[in-house]
Amino acid sequence: MTADPATESGYADHPKRMGFFTDTSICIGCKACEVACKEWNAVPEDGLAFTGMSYDNTQSLSADTWRHVAFVEQPRPLGHQQHGFGDMDFRWLMASDVCKHCTHAACLDVCPTGSLFRTEFGTVVVQDDVCNGCGYCVPACPYGVIGKRESTGVAAKCTLCYDRLGVGQEPACAKSCPTDSIQFGELDELRERAARRLEQVRAAGVDSARLYGHDPDDGVGGTGAFFLLLDEPEVYGLPPDPVVTTRDLPSMWRQAGIAAAVLLAGIAVATWGSRT
Amino acid sequence: MDDDPALRPEREATVGSAGGRRRRGEQPMVPPAGFRSYYGLPVLNEPTWHDHDIAGYLFLGGLAGASSILAAAADLTGRPRLARAGKAGALCAVGGSLYALIHDLGRPSRFVNMLRVFKVTSPMSVGTWILSAYGPQAGLAAATAVTGLFPRLGRAASAGAGLTGAAVATYTAALISDTAVPLWHGGHREMPLLFAGSAMSAAGGLGMFAAPVAEAGPARNAALLGTAVEVAAAKAMERRLGPVVAEPLRQGKGRLARLGEGLSVAGALLGATAGRRSRAAAVVAGAALLAGSACTRFGIFHAGVASAGDPRYTVEPQRARLSAERRA
Ligand code: SF4
Ligand code: SF4
Repeated sequence: MTADPATESGYADHPKRMGFFTDTSICIGCKACEVACKEWNAVPEDGLAFTGMSYDNTQSLSADTWRHVAFVEQPRPLGHQQHGFGDMDFRWLMASDVCKHCTHAACLDVCPTGSLFRTEFGTVVVQDDVCNGCGYCVPACPYGVIGKRESTGVAAKCTLCYDRLGVGQEPACAKSCPTDSIQFGELDELRERAARRLEQVRAAGVDSARLYGHDPDDGVGGTGAFFLLLDEPEVYGLPPDPVVTTRDLPSMWRQAGIAAAVLLAGIAVATWGSRT
Repeated sequence: MDDDPALRPEREATVGSAGGRRRRGEQPMVPPAGFRSYYGLPVLNEPTWHDHDIAGYLFLGGLAGASSILAAAADLTGRPRLARAGKAGALCAVGGSLYALIHDLGRPSRFVNMLRVFKVTSPMSVGTWILSAYGPQAGLAAATAVTGLFPRLGRAASAGAGLTGAAVATYTAALISDTAVPLWHGGHREMPLLFAGSAMSAAGGLGMFAAPVAEAGPARNAALLGTAVEVAAAKAMERRLGPVVAEPLRQGKGRLARLGEGLSVAGALLGATAGRRSRAAAVVAGAALLAGSACTRFGIFHAGVASAGDPRYTVEPQRARLSAERRA
């Protein structure tokens, strides 16, 4: 199943599907992406609190955090690395998370206004002048990405810098990433690059490395933003096996139809079966 | 090695904490195996819906829809006072549910905004259209019943409201199930029947509450039947969810669901016994049934929100699914 979301959405003639490959094995946790995203997209400040969770002060993706760098501290060595501190075995996992721009996007499916739409690049974007703030997309997203902004009452999330893509620029986060942990490009090409990188990292002794979101047969049809992780997804706050919520919708409508029939028949029986 | 629970990132982990003290061969204390998360933070974003608006909406929508059906049936069998009670109740309930919906959206124009598209993949969009078809008919049915004007128009509106009412009472189950919220999504097969049963018992309760004993026979039966459907669907849903995902139904405000079941059963039984003769008993039974239906909806709402707010309920079932696939 190699569905091309832009074609499926009715774009006859469209550019190649664009996306992100985030290689967390080279992330240094500098948060340049978080800052560049906020600057370019004018995303408001979302609280300056000390969380006590390592160096993570943004905590998770939300309406006001479109890139989020996770800091995971683990008592184990990374590959064959030398520590220089006796037998200390310790590794940092850092990962910049973002909207996955799913092939089958639940947020887009459930939006009752058509505010969320598929772009010609195959990405998913919210139009804040159409959104009515119903909040349906928020619990629908299986990755916990999209949120409703308190100040405006409408939904917001990463647009994959739709405005920059249109003029041939790469997204602000990818542009600012000093290690190229965030790579932007044509999705097909990124997938090849990611497969090569995975081999390389494994060969370097990091046998816990794996790709996440690259598989077009997964529950969301593969994502437009995928990752090279060094541990299980849940360690980074990602769901291990997300499924687009609308996959079960036919069965939900069928059950609702049956329930409506039961309701009608039940009240009919209750009425005509009554003596008084 | 990756699944070693000792590697769980802990809030108290500090740089170098694994160095020094732990010696080779010494086993560290490990938390219960299997579940890891990012500092215990939720994977999903919690629904932004307010409980009094949306849980209230789920209850009122069910009450309105089922009351319209009961009223239409009462019309057809010559029970005018039961019919009038059902129609007036349905109009108040649908008015209240519209208020709740618009209050949650913030502005009335936002409701109209939803009518710009029709999407079957969005139960909220479908529901908006269902409500737009149902609301005016329910209003017309109530107005003609109360004033006695235009009886033929009234009969048509009452039949129309009864038919669309069935959709109003059940689509909300698809609405909340079509999310990633573990408890709501996991219960998607049973949720519509549960909602239909709860709506039927609420409408029965309203009928007993507002109509004279002599005409309330259908209401008493509907309460019994509805409660039976609700309880059976709730049991089946809990079984399918399994002990982990169903847990929020037994904790905190999720326990309202259990209370709701109890109230419905008590109300239905009281209505079917003492409620046949005594007006006072019928009123008490009706009130219990209405309260029971409201508690059920609030309980399911809160349990769902709690299941979204804890990463366990997202990660554990997905992990279980993955390992089952791997074994197969
Ligand atoms: S990750 Fe969530 S917000 Fe992003 S496209 Fe997928 S469903 Fe939508
Ligand atoms: S909050 Fe806005 S973007 Fe999200 S589903 Fe509702 S209308 Fe669509």
